[in-house]
Amino acid sequence: MSAPTEERPLEHRFGPYGGQFVPETLMPALAELEAAWSAARVDPGYRSELDGLLRDFGGRPTPIYRARRLSERAERPIYLKREDLNHTGSHKLNNALGQVLLAKRMGKSRIIAETGAGQHGVATATVCALLGMECMVYMGVEDTRRQRPNVQRMELLGAKVQPVDAGAKTLKEATSAAIRDWVTNVQSTHYVIGSVVGPAPYPALVRDLQRVIGDEARAQMLEREGRLPSRVIACVGGGSNAMGIFAAFIPDEEVELVGVEAGGEGIDTPRHGAPLTVGGRAGILHGSRSAVMQDEEGQIVQAHSISAGLDYPGAGPEHAHLRDSGRARYVAVPDRDALGAFREVARLEGIIPALETAHALAWVMAQPGGELDLVCLSGRGDKDLAEVLGAAGA
Amino acid sequence: MSTTAMTGVQRIADAFASTTKRAALMPYVMAGFPTLAESVRIGEACVQAGADVIELGVPYSDPLADGPVIHEAGTRALAAGANVAGVLEVARALSSSIPVVLMCYANMVFAPGVEAFVERLARTGACGLIVPDLPLGEAPEVLAACESRGLALVPLVAPTTTPERMAAIGAQARGFLYAVSVVGITGERSGLAERFAEVVAKARASTQAPVALGFGIATPEQARQAADAGADGVIVGTRLVRAAAEAEDPAGAVGALVGELAAALAPTDQRSAS
Repeated sequence: MSAPTEERPLEHRFGPYGGQFVPETLMPALAELEAAWSAARVDPGYRSELDGLLRDFGGRPTPIYRARRLSERAERPIYLKREDLNHTGSHKLNNALGQVLLAKRMGKSRIIAETGAGQHGVATATVCALLGMECMVYMGVEDTRRQRPNVQRMELLGAKVQPVDAGAKTLKEATSAAIRDWVTNVQSTHYVIGSVVGPAPYPALVRDLQRVIGDEARAQMLEREGRLPSRVIACVGGGSNAMGIFAAFIPDEEVELVGVEAGGEGIDTPRHGAPLTVGGRAGILHGSRSAVMQDEEGQIVQAHSISAGLDYPGAGPEHAHLRDSGRARYVAVPDRDALGAFREVARLEGIIPALETAHALAWVMAQPGGELDLVCLSGRGDKDLAEVLGAAGA
Repeated sequence: MSTTAMTGVQRIADAFASTTKRAALMPYVMAGFPTLAESVRIGEACVQAGADVIELGVPYSDPLADGPVIHEAGTRALAAGANVAGVLEVARALSSSIPVVLMCYANMVFAPGVEAFVERLARTGACGLIVPDLPLGEAPEVLAACESRGLALVPLVAPTTTPERMAAIGAQARGFLYAVSVVGITGERSGLAERFAEVVAKARASTQAPVALGFGIATPEQARQAADAGADGVIVGTRLVRAAAEAEDPAGAVGALVGELAAALAPTDQRSAS
């Protein structure tokens, strides 16, 4: 199952969050995208092509794995949803496959994307190679440095990587640059947003494409354990892997949903990436209203995280709504704890997790309380070796 | 009528009605760039050189509708200490001599609360507000706050705007309708003019308000072409901001360019007589 079958309208708003705060030039394109996705997600031809590619090209379904030594140490079962085993090494392929297939149906010839850690850029470049589409990926200069292997992968796959040399030179600036490209080339180009952020219909579209994680994991837990997990834990930058796994469990009120944000150097400092955890006034960033790191006058402030994928001052609007409603809670894990979990999980389980994912793993190891935990292992950490070894040496 | 007795909407209408040029000349000035004081001088130079309305940009961290020149100017203005209070002082200083329309991104309007923001703006004597990332569906709260104070909320239409949207946006336009001349962000471009007439005609058919053309217009020749295409106003931004960034005397340089643009918009008979 790659998408819901029921014909409910795509959400524009999640409580007070979401919306479409973009230049007028893009409004017809958003309407076109919404119409295309509303039709495609219930179209058997599209669904069967997507499901076939997710299976044969992507390697789905990904397994859940009962982490032996982590569970032993925690004295409770901890399951990992193995999105790191997805082709290209993260959950990002689920969304990229769905959106690029959709763009092809819409008659677009050119694909653009933003990337932070590079995983979304690699996934998009991969699908563009598969489907023969032109691909341009915007990436902050700072991220091209700390995620060098992913830059090389994208270029090998035939994508053009456009370094973005503005502001903090990370994911926020890359996203802004991609939106400006889209405003300029909207007639030929589809913008593959990599997370559950951006103007409507993107947050709902990306969630629909990522909920395959949760739909699979829920069925797998019932099959393996005969019950649902007591807690589902995932890292949150923009929040697409979290939204994908949460989506299937939202109706199961006994299941606690925990989103783990980047605590950076501490949420009592300005250097973090935890707008949902810290709270405060909502703001508008990249086309939607949500939790945003901003100053009193509404200037967006720089986030900080050791993991490029969580180094973002916003988060998806549906997460902000889940937080306010109490259905999910959000916590922050600092850089040093994420680094510790990165190493520990490598040695205990033989799995090198992405630094982003390591935030969720650090939280689950430090927080007993669940009887049965399910963690979204959103990606593999090979891309992070240089950064981690550099941080350790510093 | 004294300017203080008129609403912002009326002052803008008056500026369009009373200009002696073929189209109102509407320079964009980035408030706080290179400094707050110098941006006031730039605005005054625009007035001296024949501007009819000033579009006053508010520096913002993430200006999605702007190209690199205005983005960089905003970044430098913020680094130089520009804040809302300072920007509004620039608006106040210029508003005594010319109608000022503030161009400000949505998050800065919503951050203090829409009512509070618009009230502060109204108290400077400014005439209107342009929010480039506030499309029709998100606009009602800001529109109501502006209407109750006689301020013009100026909407934008683009070449991609559908006829249905165009009609809805045109009906809501106050002050003027901002017609974006190209599919894209702000910045200087060549070879635009063949589409001006179509863009202006579509905008004109949707609204009672004057139509001002902007984005990409940089040269006197392009300003003349915009007037030829029937635009009631011509907005020039990036070219002037670039001049302010490059010149040793930003106000002098911008004033000279605005003078050339004003001459290009002089009535045809004066042009042929000179």
